[in-house]
Amino acid sequence: MQINTSLKTLDISYYQYTIQDNDLPFGIGITNFFGGPVIAKSLRQAFEAIVGPDHVMTAPEDLATYAYDAAPLESVLPQAVLMPESSEELGRIIKLCHENRLPITVRGAGTNLSGGTIPDADGVVILTALLNRILEVNETDMYAVVQPGVITAQLVTKVEAKGLFYPPDPGSQAVSTLGGNVMENAGGLRGLKYGVTRDYVMGLSFFDAMGNHIHTGSRTVKCATGYNITQLMVGSEGTLGVLDEIVLKLIPYPAHRKSIISMFKTIEDASETVAGIIAGRIVPATLEIMDQFTIRAVEAFSKAGLPVDAGALLLIEVDGHPAQVEEDAARVLDLCEKYGAYQTQTAENDAQREKIWAARRSALSALAKLKPTLVLEDATVPRSRIPDMVKGLGEIARKHGLDIGTFGHAGDGNLHPTILTDRRDKTEWLRVEKAIEDIFAHALSLGGTLSGEHGIGIAKSAFLENEIGRASVEFSKRLKRALDPSNILNPGKITGD
Amino acid sequence: MSDMKDLAKAMKALEDQLVTCMRCGMCQSVCPLFDQTRKESDVARGKIVLLESLMEEMFDNPHGVNERLNKCLLCGSCAANCPSGVNVTQIFIEARAVITTYLKLPFYKKVVFRKMLARPQVFDKLISMGARIQKVFLSKPDSHTGTAKVKVLAPILKSRRIMPIADLSFQKKADALITGKKTTGDRVALFTGCLIDKIFPNVGVAAVKALLHNNARVHIPKNQGCCAIPALASGDKDTFLELVNHNIALFPPHRFDYLVTACATCTSTIKKLWPAMLEDQDPQLAEQVRHLSDKTLDISQYLVDVAGLAPLPETAALQSTEDDPRIVTYHDPCHLAKSLGVRQQPRTLLNACSGYTFKEMTEPDRCCGMGGSFNLYHYDLSEKIGTVKAGQIADTGCHTLATSCPACMMQISDMLSKADKKIYIKHPIELYTEGLDSDEPA
Repeated sequence: MQINTSLKTLDISYYQYTIQDNDLPFGIGITNFFGGPVIAKSLRQAFEAIVGPDHVMTAPEDLATYAYDAAPLESVLPQAVLMPESSEELGRIIKLCHENRLPITVRGAGTNLSGGTIPDADGVVILTALLNRILEVNETDMYAVVQPGVITAQLVTKVEAKGLFYPPDPGSQAVSTLGGNVMENAGGLRGLKYGVTRDYVMGLSFFDAMGNHIHTGSRTVKCATGYNITQLMVGSEGTLGVLDEIVLKLIPYPAHRKSIISMFKTIEDASETVAGIIAGRIVPATLEIMDQFTIRAVEAFSKAGLPVDAGALLLIEVDGHPAQVEEDAARVLDLCEKYGAYQTQTAENDAQREKIWAARRSALSALAKLKPTLVLEDATVPRSRIPDMVKGLGEIARKHGLDIGTFGHAGDGNLHPTILTDRRDKTEWLRVEKAIEDIFAHALSLGGTLSGEHGIGIAKSAFLENEIGRASVEFSKRLKRALDPSNILNPGKITGD
Repeated sequence: MSDMKDLAKAMKALEDQLVTCMRCGMCQSVCPLFDQTRKESDVARGKIVLLESLMEEMFDNPHGVNERLNKCLLCGSCAANCPSGVNVTQIFIEARAVITTYLKLPFYKKVVFRKMLARPQVFDKLISMGARIQKVFLSKPDSHTGTAKVKVLAPILKSRRIMPIADLSFQKKADALITGKKTTGDRVALFTGCLIDKIFPNVGVAAVKALLHNNARVHIPKNQGCCAIPALASGDKDTFLELVNHNIALFPPHRFDYLVTACATCTSTIKKLWPAMLEDQDPQLAEQVRHLSDKTLDISQYLVDVAGLAPLPETAALQSTEDDPRIVTYHDPCHLAKSLGVRQQPRTLLNACSGYTFKEMTEPDRCCGMGGSFNLYHYDLSEKIGTVKAGQIADTGCHTLATSCPACMMQISDMLSKADKKIYIKHPIELYTEGLDSDEPA
């Protein structure tokens, strides 16, 4: 039996030594490994009393798996990870954290791209994994009530089976949770016509920093009762409260749709076409762009039959009433031709439609396979400025000598310039950081915003003032202090420390 | 215990593969284990982070990481769906070897792998002894699946219903099947695999019948060894090398056109893991193994893609009728569908069986929860995952469940007989050959 006496990266004072049965077959044998950090043993016991010992994790090997999210940032190990199974357990945990001034970071699927789910070193992580019930799908009043841990795609499947539609479709929807979507104000491919998560949140219930249970909004279409706390919570990245119930608006599923793929010699032509379609008063459900770098990556990866010589592609879908769809599609075809598309195809059946969107969906995967590290940016500009943004991105890539693949939601001004690199290459990483700063600056100079749909988190908090100004940052901080005086709700996110 | 620095250094060999994970978390959507536990250390992203932590000397000993790394079905669902193309299964197998080298193989595994599995003759003897003794302990077998309970071993086996060892192993029947056959086609070597040899010899017999019916010249070397997946999964590279050397001597690749197996796991192990795990070994052996791997095919792949699937005689099959529709559904073994992309060929085989009506279940490629040794260590989870599968199978209202992997057959037999579903479990090749007379001239 051996006791460990040194720790290399973790503070020794946090640890106690325990002996545990190893998991040998049929329970034979005993080995030791050290137990978890001690957030005071009594506190751990108190957590165990609330959620049960199986739902409190403190072994360093478990903590290490909740120290990161999908953003390429440094990991931070929390003190403990808790898995409540009910609102009641969640509320009691938060009260306990409040009494002990323990920072809280709530985690859904951990797919955050701005570091919003990276915990505080002195804090706990609360998982919503077991708060995953769809409580109600109301077909008459067209809303759904869900717990925060419900996976986006599960709600989508459930409501679509009833002929209803929940449009926000973030790229990670197969794993992302609705709680995470609400807290990050997640977007997706359909923002142009259908808006983003914000536009579908009718009401919430959540625990504030003291563990009080707060209810906001309603299940009615209209609601003019009190402050609009619901919309204050949307996109607040876990800094103002911890969700336990979400009321989401549903709409009828579109009756008809048509997909179009259009090829251009240059990305400038394609981006002028985007501006032209918007100016033509057509609102496609989806209007996506893909640059040559991305087209070639997708083609090399999936052999989808994309034109590798095209400078850019537009992938367009119009939906709605059949007659309207046909008319819109015809006008889109005309506009593409007018702005210089050398070839345009309309999907004649579901298989062709599926092929178009499979190519778009594989864009990120295809790029990811080229280099070990991928930085997915989401700086967003007013859509009329897409041509200027595209031009600027080309210059930034050349200036810093980096590979940047650009694709994304051109129709809503939300491009995804994707920098391919290897984090282990220190000098290139410095150039990546500079390029990111340039991308932010360029987007802001065009009247844009730092983040279209990934949030500020810790990745962009240092740049917040550049966009909203000193006074707005201070206002945000005062708001945060008023609602969370001990600064325990996801500290350090959005406004920084 | 040697220095953690040595382990970190050994783990560095995997660094280039580990960094390809971009932490997107998409593996959560397909991992059958995560679906049950919702814990990050159970999914590929979490495990890859833990391996990186070992590389960065984050922990004082590797026990905690080892335990979490081993809690995995090695089904490859994550790898098959990974946006960055992270080669998860291979990383985990190599990492298990690195950690096991550092921690030393536990004594009981040493005995099982090095004294039994690595010595096919000893292993065969022990099993045939077991076949004789088992009758005393086994309960009455289930009418449809043939599984039985072993009451005296209940504390160890828990509620498992196991497949008994066959009275006569496949290798004892093999010669009689091929002697005197005058086929003239491809030279096909049949790699039997332990489970087919000892538990499901009828699958082996059916494989030979099907090959002969398709005019193949069948070659079945005696004294074949295990494909070594149990040793590899436990990180025992020594036993792996012994078995590869043993088998490659029996199957010199230049002597036949194709190496065919009827076991999904054997096929994917020989085709993918053997060459991958030999990259840094003796170049001559590595070259031979690559050659062998190129010739390795699943039996349905050979019959459909290479031999063109000879039609069955019309008299061979019972015709499906309104009263007795004989629905058959197919479970995609992970090691065939996700590892090798073989999905269509087994279905083509089943559609050729006129006595059956094929019906797809929901999520046919969802893992059955077997995972080899995973079932031994984590039966509670294996059972939960298997119960989901059993429900999806039963929902088709099928008469027979077909699957191309004897390990899946064992797990699904356990699950379906426990739920008393009265469903037969067969390998597709058994259904294909149901009406073929063993003496039929090719």
